[in-house]
Amino acid sequence: MSISMVKALNNGLRKALQDDPKVLLMGEDIGRLGGVFRVTDGLQKEFGSLRVIDTPLGEAGIVGSAIGLAMRGYRPVCEIQFDGFVYPAVNQIISQLAKLRHRSGGVITLPVVIRIPFGGGIGSIEHHSESPEVYFAHTAGLKVVTCSNPQDAYDMIRQAVDDDDPVIFLEPKRHYWTKGEVTDRTPAPFARARVLRDGTDATLIAYGPMVPAALEAAEAAAEEGRSVEVIDLRSLSPLDLDTVRKSVHRTGRALVTHEASLSHGFGAELAARIQQEEFHFLEAPVLRITGYDTPYPPSRLESDWLPGVDRILDALDHSLSY
Amino acid sequence: MPRRQSKPTDDAQPADGPIQFLSPEGILGPDSRLELPPAIDLLALYRDMALVRRLDSEAIALQRQGELGLWPSLRGQEAAQVGAAYALAEQDMVFPTYREHGVAWCRGLDPVSLLGLFRGSTLGGWNPYERRFGLYTLVIGAQTLHAVGYAMGLVRDDVIGSGDGTRDTAVLVFLGDGALSEGETNEAFLWAAAQNLPVVFFCQNNQWAISAPYSVQSRVPVAQRAAGFGFPGVSVDGNDVLACLAATREALTRARSGGGPTLIEAVTYRINAHTTADDATRYRPSAETDEWTAKDPLERLRLHLTASGEGVVDEEYFADIERREQELAERLRAGCRALPPPDDASSFENTYTDMPVELRRQLAEHSQYLAAGQEIGAVR
Ligand SMILES: Cc1ncc(C[n+]2csc(CCOP(=O)(O)OP(=O)(O)O)c2C)c(N)n1
Repeated sequence: MSISMVKALNNGLRKALQDDPKVLLMGEDIGRLGGVFRVTDGLQKEFGSLRVIDTPLGEAGIVGSAIGLAMRGYRPVCEIQFDGFVYPAVNQIISQLAKLRHRSGGVITLPVVIRIPFGGGIGSIEHHSESPEVYFAHTAGLKVVTCSNPQDAYDMIRQAVDDDDPVIFLEPKRHYWTKGEVTDRTPAPFARARVLRDGTDATLIAYGPMVPAALEAAEAAAEEGRSVEVIDLRSLSPLDLDTVRKSVHRTGRALVTHEASLSHGFGAELAARIQQEEFHFLEAPVLRITGYDTPYPPSRLESDWLPGVDRILDALDHSLSY
Repeated sequence: MPRRQSKPTDDAQPADGPIQFLSPEGILGPDSRLELPPAIDLLALYRDMALVRRLDSEAIALQRQGELGLWPSLRGQEAAQVGAAYALAEQDMVFPTYREHGVAWCRGLDPVSLLGLFRGSTLGGWNPYERRFGLYTLVIGAQTLHAVGYAMGLVRDDVIGSGDGTRDTAVLVFLGDGALSEGETNEAFLWAAAQNLPVVFFCQNNQWAISAPYSVQSRVPVAQRAAGFGFPGVSVDGNDVLACLAATREALTRARSGGGPTLIEAVTYRINAHTTADDATRYRPSAETDEWTAKDPLERLRLHLTASGEGVVDEEYFADIERREQELAERLRAGCRALPPPDDASSFENTYTDMPVELRRQLAEHSQYLAAGQEIGAVR
């Protein structure tokens, strides 16, 4: 069945609520309204307001109380309405959620999922197009994952809910309405990268919002006779380095693309790891195709600002010119 | 699990309703709790409310035509905003949310500049120091702390309590009822109280925070929350422009004289959906909207102006407003389309006061990339 990513997430959450009475959803406007993106559409009606909770307008409150609920044995799935509004909750996420297990010597388990629509490309106003992934990926104790298609969205949200550790679940909002086949097959392992397209000349690594662009770039490159392998990381933390290494080992070239700013970004981590572990196999430096080191621009500039197929192809040329 | 909710404590119920001078029927009367300021220009108040309403409906039309990405409508809140704005002294500073188009209008901002943020051509749109009207704030509650800090500056600069009306300064910060739930708003209340700061918190309780009715946020009326922090809270009919003006004026006067903060709750209603992207039929009973439409802030002042028999308003007065509305609408339409597209370099140039070397490199790379794309026949 071909459905949108929003619907896939909705189905995944419904399944999670059905499977385990301890699963709760909480967030601003997720009940009656079904969330501003309708990811939770109809779920309050189906499961009641004690399981699908319209919270007050306070992100620290949402995450902080989810921690308490988890300590009481529940499995809260929090919705942050937009990427730019997660910051009031960052104290609870970084100082508490990520650390309590470690501090309690493993006694406290916090199966909390924090869903965040993230990234740009939908013509939004400010604070509605942020890429906060690295703040969380840099914090030990959190898992940070992101889906790029409806099937993964459906599988990964359920895997995230099943996971006993805190998961930051990033939903690329510009692909919310992209449709794809979703079936109930055995999902790929959680927190594992996946090769979406085989290739021999270079490895192109992407995640979340940039995955379709990466595939498109590989397609265009193929027309020019270049064979690009595309990896969807799916999980930034933990990072599935094995899949990346094996690929780069074969292709000898690596490019990383993400929407978030360049400096201190996720590409830096990948570039460092790749050169550290595959140095002798590299034919060219690891290149990064990313957003710039500026705040996200007004939406009329975003199509220029965001890394896209052309910039990826330019970087590929550059890599192959070594 | 107990499902029965206890009632809010009795003392949390507003005893005699919000302060009101002008009834929905347009009848003007006293309210023993507050003085009506002398020499209020009712004609100007009505005119500004009418123009602000037109500004709002024109912006909605522009959004429908694809000229704006989004518009947060203020329909129903004209009295709250215009009333509050009329109480400001020129030197006072305003910290708005994203919906204070009426306050911006009264502050003398070019109305076209309000559109840029929602058109995606700017992240700001005006110089906040020029008209002492801060940039719109999209992150709920954040501006309340900025107001507190600005007020701390006023105290240090010794511009309160001198008795000189052209010198003493206060801060007026706007927030919604939903914003009361953010930790930051509560911190702002604490700081303002503890330091007795010249800041007036003006909460437009429009009953809804997107789909969340006020009961999701709190068990006590907005105004009563101030008591817990240690400063006065006052509830006014937010559809009565006179009550809003009078209460804000009193609170700002107290703040300027060193009397500390006040929380004003303007009880009002957002007639339109939260924004043009929202679908209020999913959560809001239409009967409620009808009920509030009957309390319309413009209509009651119009009724008063026409019924008072003072002969102050005639057809020419309304015709003049109509002409101004048309002018405004044309100015908005033309101005919106003429808003310059953002300069590609501006994001880079405005990030730091001095562009760091790495950013300069990125800008050069970006410009080169864009230029290449514009070459005739360029493949990519
Ligand atoms: C920190 C933060 N969280 C969530 C949002 C998303 N959001 C935008 S407006 C809004 C409701 C605001 O309600 P209220 O404060 O009552 O103001 P109103 O728009 O009703 O005037 C929400 C939840 C936001 N902008 N900022």
